[in-house]
Amino acid sequence: MRYLTAIALIAMPAFAQAQAQGEIWVTNEKDNTISVIDVATLEVVRTVSTGERPRGITFSSDFSRLFVCASDSDAVQVIDPETGEILHDLPSGEDPEQFVLHPDDRRLYIANEDDAITTVVDTETRQVIAQIDVGIEPEGMAVSPDGKIAITTSETTNMAHWIDTETQQLFANTLVDARPRHAEFLKDGAELWVSSEIGGTITVFDTADQSEIAKIGFEVTGIHPDRVQPVGFELTADGATAFVALGPANHIAVVNAETYEVEEYILVGRRVWHMAFNADQSLLFTTNGVSGDVTVVDVASRKPLKTIKVGRFPWGAAFRPAQGDPA
Amino acid sequence: MKIAAIAAALATWAATASAEIAVPVTYLRQEVERPPVLSNLDAMPENDGLAGAELGLADNATTGRFQGHVYTLDTVSVPPGGDLAGAARDALARGGLLILDAPAAAVLGVADLPEAEAALLFNTAAPEARLRGADCRANLLHTIASTAMRTDALAQFLVTRRWDDLALVTGDRLEDLDYAEALRGSLTKFGLRLRAEAPWPSDADIRRNAAQEVPLFTQGLPDHDLLLVADEAGDFGRYIAYNTWQPRLVAGSEGLRAVAWAPVVEAWGAAQLQSRFRALAGREMSARDYAAWAAMRAIGEAVTRTGAADAARLRDFMLGPEFELGGFLGQPLGFRPWDGQMRQPIPVVTDRAVVATAPLEGFLHPTSEMDTLGIDAPETLCTAFKDRP
Repeated sequence: MRYLTAIALIAMPAFAQAQAQGEIWVTNEKDNTISVIDVATLEVVRTVSTGERPRGITFSSDFSRLFVCASDSDAVQVIDPETGEILHDLPSGEDPEQFVLHPDDRRLYIANEDDAITTVVDTETRQVIAQIDVGIEPEGMAVSPDGKIAITTSETTNMAHWIDTETQQLFANTLVDARPRHAEFLKDGAELWVSSEIGGTITVFDTADQSEIAKIGFEVTGIHPDRVQPVGFELTADGATAFVALGPANHIAVVNAETYEVEEYILVGRRVWHMAFNADQSLLFTTNGVSGDVTVVDVASRKPLKTIKVGRFPWGAAFRPAQGDPA
Repeated sequence: MKIAAIAAALATWAATASAEIAVPVTYLRQEVERPPVLSNLDAMPENDGLAGAELGLADNATTGRFQGHVYTLDTVSVPPGGDLAGAARDALARGGLLILDAPAAAVLGVADLPEAEAALLFNTAAPEARLRGADCRANLLHTIASTAMRTDALAQFLVTRRWDDLALVTGDRLEDLDYAEALRGSLTKFGLRLRAEAPWPSDADIRRNAAQEVPLFTQGLPDHDLLLVADEAGDFGRYIAYNTWQPRLVAGSEGLRAVAWAPVVEAWGAAQLQSRFRALAGREMSARDYAAWAAMRAIGEAVTRTGAADAARLRDFMLGPEFELGGFLGQPLGFRPWDGQMRQPIPVVTDRAVVATAPLEGFLHPTSEMDTLGIDAPETLCTAFKDRP
């Protein structure tokens, strides 16, 4: 019971404030829906219909539009987050899985998983600007903070492909360990991190010359190394700490982004995929694909607070601030 | 003899320029005559196995084009009674990487050619234990799962369900006897009881009278939880289910099957591999297709990581701890250094779904739980890899 008491104490501040604290939007791959979680109450308050097999999810910078990869509908859907209405589809290429919105708030870089292509779409004119041939099963997408470099990782080719966003051409291709899944720029774009699911590592690149500068490994007590499979990861706003989803290891790792050392492992639901922070980054929400739920983690204490049932096979997650609160 | 050459185009790629490396691979098939089975429904695809190698080539080519590695695949198919050794010598003169689609004896014939000594051969079709045991060869790796791996996977599932008492119906073809022998070994290994074994009298067409004959045939068996069937050619086994004297589930070659790959495998990104395969071949991916794909991809992965294409270096890398192949089964695939067998999870499937994937939870192993399937290092009869580690 000591455990429960501790949870209640930690959770109190979050529940104490009744006013709106924004929402976490979670795509349910096998329900064709999005579950909307109220951060204040930690309950699902709304379910929004999408196209088939929704995965990647992101908001426009002013949060007035939601973009969702509806993989099996072969479209990126643009949704009004107020009404949940699907406004229109963007031409995304076939089987869009994951994407990243350029800092210009206009260009969307989309990984077309079945076609070995990265598609660049102008979200205003709704036109395809470019299609770039990359490796097989592209998935992880990232764009540098200055907007000059976009990254696609390909799961079977085992590479990070570096795209010049001026010319929409590849200028480098770097090998990583088996089955890369997710990529993020860190430290104002000085570093690129790429997670490898089957390799069980995160490779750290120096953006300046695309050289490998570190490799982060994971070891969870009592779980076979083959089951420790890093997929999605998120950085704290100060860039000091990374939270890494370890898939079927059912844990997330807390990584010191300076020393590249793992500080802690946090138990979450089964086959954890992706995650999103709330506004002040006091809470982290992880999507657990197999158990069909979301684990809420208290970031300060690094303890799980609550499990929230969502739809079938939750995959992507994105935060939407409360109305009138420009988080 | 048909010879087809498929070249992976390098063309106009924005490749990071590095020294170009050619990686020629030959797919060498010994065609076999298959005795008829009762049903006329099964079409054996002409390119079973080969289509998997072609998909592996396409997969390798994408990585290769970014690195200046050029993969090619020559296909040589030798008719029954043809000169396999001659075809193998010709292939070995072109390069030291061969994917073999041939029965066990023919595989050994190629592996023992003097020209093959420094080559690296992949067995993608012969599941027999002896090729991983007393008759193993240092230049021969196996990407097709051994029969023992499959029967161990099924036995683990039976243990998990506590279906301990079993009966076995065995066909009389060589592959049925191989399967039955592996099954007996697996049942002993995992502490299950084979209460009775009955040879199937394959002297009649039972398609129209299974409902009369099978209840009688199974009536004499002692009590069992589940009926095992050894019928690897797919001859009589399909007529057993629902016709047994007692209402019993069927497993083995029919019903619930432990397989290296099946069209129903979809987790861990496998749906992507399946859809790529369907787009290429216009049919579902078989276990042999998967084995040939894995052989091609193992070559690609080793070339990518070592930057070399000679058989000796690739072999060393594949047998080492650094080698990891993403095989869409949820765990990295590798090769067992004691017998050259590729270790892989084994799906246990029906025609419509994956029921479980072995190694099942609770079957522990000091190094890799996948090594609870098939012959482990302490029990191997293979010595060739000790002589040439």
